[in-house]
Amino acid sequence: MICQAVFIPPASALILHVSMPQATRQIVVSNRLGLHARPAMEFVDLANQFSSQVRVFREGDEPAEADGKSVMELITLAATEGTPLRIAADGDDAEKAVAQLVQLFENKFGEE
Amino acid sequence: MKLKDFIVTEAIVPQLQAADRDGVIRELVQSLAKAGAMSEEGVEEIVAALIKREQKGSTGFGKGVAVPHTQHPKVSRMVGTIGRSATGIDFAALDHQPVYSIVLLLSPDNHPQQHLQAMNIVFSNLQKDMFRRFLRQSTTQQSISELLDEADQGK
Repeated sequence: MICQAVFIPPASALILHVSMPQATRQIVVSNRLGLHARPAMEFVDLANQFSSQVRVFREGDEPAEADGKSVMELITLAATEGTPLRIAADGDDAEKAVAQLVQLFENKFGEE
Repeated sequence: MKLKDFIVTEAIVPQLQAADRDGVIRELVQSLAKAGAMSEEGVEEIVAALIKREQKGSTGFGKGVAVPHTQHPKVSRMVGTIGRSATGIDFAALDHQPVYSIVLLLSPDNHPQQHLQAMNIVFSNLQKDMFRRFLRQSTTQQSISELLDEADQGK
């Protein structure tokens, strides 16, 4: 009876999870105003064009993380100029997603 | 940073009269001026800046809340207020739903870090289901003020 209560996921599910493409890149916020509402919205708009899950991590003394497809969560990172962030994607288009999202930061979201 | 560091209690409008986005923005900025949190002369220019900002992209980020804000040279110190609408306002929100709670934030244009910290504390609270629900149900300046105090103590 006890043995029957233990749930063992089928091997195929485990393999599927492990083989999901992942990509990650570290950047530093370089625009003067930081990741404020408008850049956050631009980021989410782009992130939503990919099927991958996107997460953004604030690194350093006060680590935090946010769903890369939620404007509200991204703003709570309070990512000011100079803040190190890590962008991570999980899914079939992970590589492409991270490459394009990093571009937004490198272009300073079209700001100075 | 705490909400009460910049939210001006006397400027909170628990029962908004205005029924549209631009009207609500005007009503809240006027309320800040009336409470002495900013100059009367600055009202029109600030209102115009906030509306222009909304036209670029709605600050109605979903879940019935909107956060109109601007970083403006005419703002000498960071101030904010809260408005509540029982009927709901069309803010062209991202989720296409009406907005019931509006947090308006005015920041000087030379302190981007302070502005982001204020946005951080506002959204940290707006993300909480209980905070949003209580805010929507609070019908007086005092009850909203108490809600903010509780949120600040919880930090």
